[in-house]
Amino acid sequence: MMQRGDIDTIVSWVPEGGKVLDLGCGDGELLHRLQAEKRVEGLGVDIDPANIIAAVSKGLCVVQQDMEDGLLNFEGSRFDAVIIAYSLQVLERPHAVLERIVSIGNEAIVTFPNFGHWRSRLSLLLSGRMPKTKALPYSWFDTPNIHFCTVADFETLCKDLNIVVVERRMSSRAGLLAQLWPNLFAKSASYRITRR
Amino acid sequence: MTQTNLKNSVGVVSPQRAHFPEPLYLESGEVLDGFELIYETYGELSADGSNAVLVCHALSGNHHAAGFHSESDTKPGWWDTVIGPGKPIDTNRFFVVCPNNIGGCDGSTGPSSLCEATGEPWGSHFPQVTVADWVETQKRLAEHLNIQHWAAVIGGSLGGMQALEWSVRYPDWVSHCVAIAAAPGLTAQNIAFNEIARQAIFSDPEWHDGNYLEADSNPAQGMALARMVGHLTYMSADKMTDRFGRELRQGSFDPQDDEEPVFQVESYLRYQGSQFVSRFDANTYVLMTRALDRFDLSARGQGDLTEALRDASAEFLIISFSSDWRFAPSRSQEMANALLSAEKRVTYSDIESDAGHDAFLLDDANYLALFSAWMGRVAT
Repeated sequence: MMQRGDIDTIVSWVPEGGKVLDLGCGDGELLHRLQAEKRVEGLGVDIDPANIIAAVSKGLCVVQQDMEDGLLNFEGSRFDAVIIAYSLQVLERPHAVLERIVSIGNEAIVTFPNFGHWRSRLSLLLSGRMPKTKALPYSWFDTPNIHFCTVADFETLCKDLNIVVVERRMSSRAGLLAQLWPNLFAKSASYRITRR
Repeated sequence: MTQTNLKNSVGVVSPQRAHFPEPLYLESGEVLDGFELIYETYGELSADGSNAVLVCHALSGNHHAAGFHSESDTKPGWWDTVIGPGKPIDTNRFFVVCPNNIGGCDGSTGPSSLCEATGEPWGSHFPQVTVADWVETQKRLAEHLNIQHWAAVIGGSLGGMQALEWSVRYPDWVSHCVAIAAAPGLTAQNIAFNEIARQAIFSDPEWHDGNYLEADSNPAQGMALARMVGHLTYMSADKMTDRFGRELRQGSFDPQDDEEPVFQVESYLRYQGSQFVSRFDANTYVLMTRALDRFDLSARGQGDLTEALRDASAEFLIISFSSDWRFAPSRSQEMANALLSAEKRVTYSDIESDAGHDAFLLDDANYLALFSAWMGRVAT
């Protein structure tokens, strides 16, 4: 997870001592780091029992629920940051979840692998088959990642949903190229977004 | 008690008694002139008293939560899966206290005890007690044991309700609260099941308006029926199909056969009913079900559960079981959501299980792993 490149960005963006909701918190590694480094008041949400046990073992508070069920129980809450780190692509209705998280958080932080990366493009172009990478090793039929998008796709969706991009950061070994042409060179993308 | 049972067991335990001579002012307005509690403890109380954990029992439970009563005892306490060395409520770390609640029938003052004023058993004259009354008696027991603070208060079902009540009634006393397969209050359907159980008891000619002990009698049939209804609601339909199906215990559908067919499930329920009669008091059953019915945590917030939880300072663990329809996961979610709204620290998990309400007493790997993992944060 630490090789993903988005984690440091998220940690740097989360406000010190803030109230944080991590949707799809997994084993709680990110929240645990946020608690240690940013002293946040964190809450994790996940649906997988093994993840919940792992996150609870780290001393975290976790609520087992499907983030696609509307997150209605957070109606009255106000989080400083709602995070969806590397799980946007597993959602059935990512657009609906994006709309929800900007309404329950002052700000949302969303990170995802960029499917527009040149390696993905080249792989599809040359082999004619859905790309597999070290980070995303699944075959097309058994992948949990049912909604891959590119940097350009994500920004178009934000526009359509009236969501403002406050800041974006691209992560790649290609450095400057990823800043100039993120849709082609960014391996993963991190966004701070908010409601207009 | 066998060698295998002894593994991770608290071993042989003996109940203790404490007498509380001061009057107890009940929620009903009635006064109990002193009372007695029978209780068990497991583990050692630390010098600064910081590792005390209270375990609250459910409807038909008692003070014998873990271990065995003798070397030859084969049946461990009711929560032996959870309490013991290396178990979720780890007796290597915690000093565990489990009393039998007043109104019970296992040694604490209740309907089958003698009323000092009359010299007769209390019977139906024993005052109705509530979850809050139990909390008061448990607090007196804590003080008797030199405990000023609970590292955790823990319970399942009706026991979970006591844990929740503790967290709002004495917030300073409770730093961690665990409510498993519980609810902030019963639903109409749930109260209805309790009422059917009570009516089964009342309709037994041996009930004698609750004074059957004086009449040297026992409403055994009514009690057995009450337990059969109750027990049925603690199981899931799938589990019953798995376990009994349409199998016959005896007889057959062959018209030539003299023996009437009896389904396995009929025989099982009858057995459960008759077992219960031999160990439980009918007045206690009526009293406990009424305490369950009347518990309403939201009343503290004038019907608003979030408001009711405002004063709590504990961190919470709420657990439900997917096939529990008596205390459905939705009730635990309601609890967890109210805690979130009240900005409390809460962890909630719905454990996948086919064991129904009874799952909270059983050995389920995910349940015990989660429970153990969470208890790790309870400082001692």
